[in-house]
Amino acid sequence: MSTAAPDAAGLPDAPTPVSDAHAIVGKTPWQLFWGRFRQDRFALAGLGIIILLVLMAVFAPLFAALVGHGPNELFQRETTDIFGIPEGPTSSFWFGADNNGRDVFVRTIYGTRVSLMVGVLATAIAVVVGVVLGVIAGYFGGWIDTVISRITDIILSVPLLLFAIGIVAACSTSKEGCLYGTLKPGLSLVIVIISLFTWPYVTRLVRSNTLSLREREFVEASRSLGASDLRIMFKEILPNLVSPIIVYASLLIPSNILFEAYLSFLGLGVPDDTPSWGSMVSDSLQNFDVVWWLWLFPGLFLLVSVLAFNLLGDGLRDALDPRANRS
Amino acid sequence: MTRYIIRRLMYVILVVFAVTAVAYTIFFVLPSTDPAVAFAGRNPTPELVQEVREQLNLDEPVPVQYALYVKRLVTGDEYGWPGLGLSYNTRSPVRDEIINRASVTLQIAIGGAILWLLIGIPIGVISALKQRSLADRLAMGFALVGVSAPVFWLGLVMLYVFWEKLGWLPGTGYVPFAESPKEWFLHMLMPWMVLALLFAAIYARIVRGNMIDTMGEDYIRTARAKGLSESRVVTRHGLRAGLSPVITLLGIDLALLVGNTVVTETVFNMPGLGNYVLVSTDSGDLPGVLAVVVLAAFAVAFLSLVSDIIYAYLDPRVRYR
Repeated sequence: MSTAAPDAAGLPDAPTPVSDAHAIVGKTPWQLFWGRFRQDRFALAGLGIIILLVLMAVFAPLFAALVGHGPNELFQRETTDIFGIPEGPTSSFWFGADNNGRDVFVRTIYGTRVSLMVGVLATAIAVVVGVVLGVIAGYFGGWIDTVISRITDIILSVPLLLFAIGIVAACSTSKEGCLYGTLKPGLSLVIVIISLFTWPYVTRLVRSNTLSLREREFVEASRSLGASDLRIMFKEILPNLVSPIIVYASLLIPSNILFEAYLSFLGLGVPDDTPSWGSMVSDSLQNFDVVWWLWLFPGLFLLVSVLAFNLLGDGLRDALDPRANRS
Repeated sequence: MTRYIIRRLMYVILVVFAVTAVAYTIFFVLPSTDPAVAFAGRNPTPELVQEVREQLNLDEPVPVQYALYVKRLVTGDEYGWPGLGLSYNTRSPVRDEIINRASVTLQIAIGGAILWLLIGIPIGVISALKQRSLADRLAMGFALVGVSAPVFWLGLVMLYVFWEKLGWLPGTGYVPFAESPKEWFLHMLMPWMVLALLFAAIYARIVRGNMIDTMGEDYIRTARAKGLSESRVVTRHGLRAGLSPVITLLGIDLALLVGNTVVTETVFNMPGLGNYVLVSTDSGDLPGVLAVVVLAAFAVAFLSLVSDIIYAYLDPRVRYR
C-alpha cells in the first residue's frame, strides 16, 4: 500500500560508534525490506492471520481436547433431531454439527492442516521445478528454451480443473492408481496435480528474468574466470531472482489453496475422513438452506486464509520491489 | 497479416496435437488398469470388454492406437462428427449428450462474461483515473476480496440470501429458454453473478494497471496539449489502448470457463459440461470425461487464436513481432 520508502523510520537504533558521529550506517537488504514492509498495515494483518492459521493447524488436537470432540467422532444421538437434521451452533458445538453428527468447529480447525499443507507443499514443488527449468531455458536458450517454453505454453492453455478431474478419474479406475502404483488417489495425487499445473507460471517468470541477467557483466566476468555453467546458473544468476520468486510463490499459495478446495468440493480431493474445507462445504449441498453453519464457517475460513496470503503477497511485492508496476 | 495468421494457425495445430497426446496418455497409458476394462464402466461383461477393445483399437501398438484415435476425432465416427465414441454405461453416443450440455455451459459462460465486463471495466477505468482516491481504494479492496472468495461459497451465500431468505430469485436448477424466457433468466442470474463477481475483480485490477500505463504515454499528453477535453482524451485515446489487452484475456478466459464452470454448475445444479464430467467420473464412464477434456482443449486453442487475430488487427505492432 505505502510504496514511499521511509528512510530512517525502519531502522532500529543502530549502534553508531561515538567517535565518528557522521558515519553512514549501511542498511542490509533485510533492513531495507523490513523498513518498508512494516509500514504496510494490510500486509502485516495478512501475516498475523497466517501465523494464527499455522498455530491452529499445529495445535488442532488441543482445540479438539478443549471442546472434548474428536474431528471424526460421531455425536448423532446428541446433535441430530428426529428428522435427521443436525443441530446448529450451541455452547458445546460452537459451529454446529454436520449431517453425520460431527463437530463442525473441530473439523474446521483440522481443515486448516490440509489447506496449508497442500498449499505450501504444492507451491514448493512447483517453485523448485519451475526455477530449475526456467533458469535452464533462459540460460541455454536455443532448442532447449524452445522445448521448455512450448511445454509451458501448452500447460498454461489447458483448462486445469477439467484436466485435474480427468487425471483423478483415470487414476481412480483401480486401487493401483497411476504409473504402476506410484500415484494413488488421495492427498499425494492432489499435491502432484496442483504442482503439475502451476510450475509453468514460475518457469515463465524465471526464464524471462534469466534471459536479461545472462547478458550482464557479472556473468561475463564469472565466465572469464572459468566458472562452469552450473555455477553461473545457480550461484550467480539465481541469487538475483530471489525477490521475484518469493513474491510469486507467496501469491501462488492462495491460488493453490483454492485449487485444493475446489478439488475436494468436487469430491476429487482428499479422502472423506480427512477434514477439508472444500469437502465440508460439499457435504452441505443437499440441504444447504437448513444447515447454513455447515458451509458458512469452512467457507469463511477459506476466504480469510486466501485473503491473508494475497495481502501478504501484495505487501511482499511492494516491499521487495517498490518500482514494480502494480496491476 | 496473412503471414501472422498462418503462423498462429500452425501453432494452434501443434497445441491441439500436444493436448490430445497428453489426454491420450492420461486416459490410456497412465492407469494401471487395462484401458478396455476402464472404459467399459462398472462391472463390465467380458463381451463388452472385447467390444471396447475392438472399437478403440486397443490390440494395436500404442502409437497406432493414438493415430486412429486422432483420426476418429478429426474425421468423425459412426455416431457423427466429431468422433467422441460411445458411452458404454448408457450405450448412447457421447457426442449427442455433449452438444446438449455444451449449450447450458455456454449460456452460463457468455452471460457471466457480459456481466463481468459491464462491472469490471468501469471499475478499473475509474480506479485508474482517480488513483489513490477513496473510490480507488474501495474498488481495489473489492477486487482483492473478489479474487480471494471461493466460488462455491459465494454461490451458497447468494442462494441463501436471495432464495431462502428474501425469496427474490428461484433456487437451483435450469429452465430452457424455449420453455419460459422469464424463468430461464431468473435461474441464470445467480450463476452469472457468481462468475461476474470473481472475474470482475480480476478484470478491474488488469484494466486499472493498463489504463494507468496508457494514461502516462506521450500521445496522451499530446492529445491534452492540442486542447481536447479530458473526457475525449480518455474515451478516444486512453480506452482504445487501455482495453485492447482485455480482448486477448477474454478469449482465453471464456475458453477456460468451458471446463472451469464445473464448480458453479455443481452449486446451482446446472446440467452443463462440468456436471457431465462429474457424473461420468462418478459412474466410471471414462469416454465422457475424455471427450469433454479434449473438446475443452480444442475450445481454448481455437478461441485464443481468434482473440490473437482480433488483437493483432487492433494493434498493428503485434503482427511484426
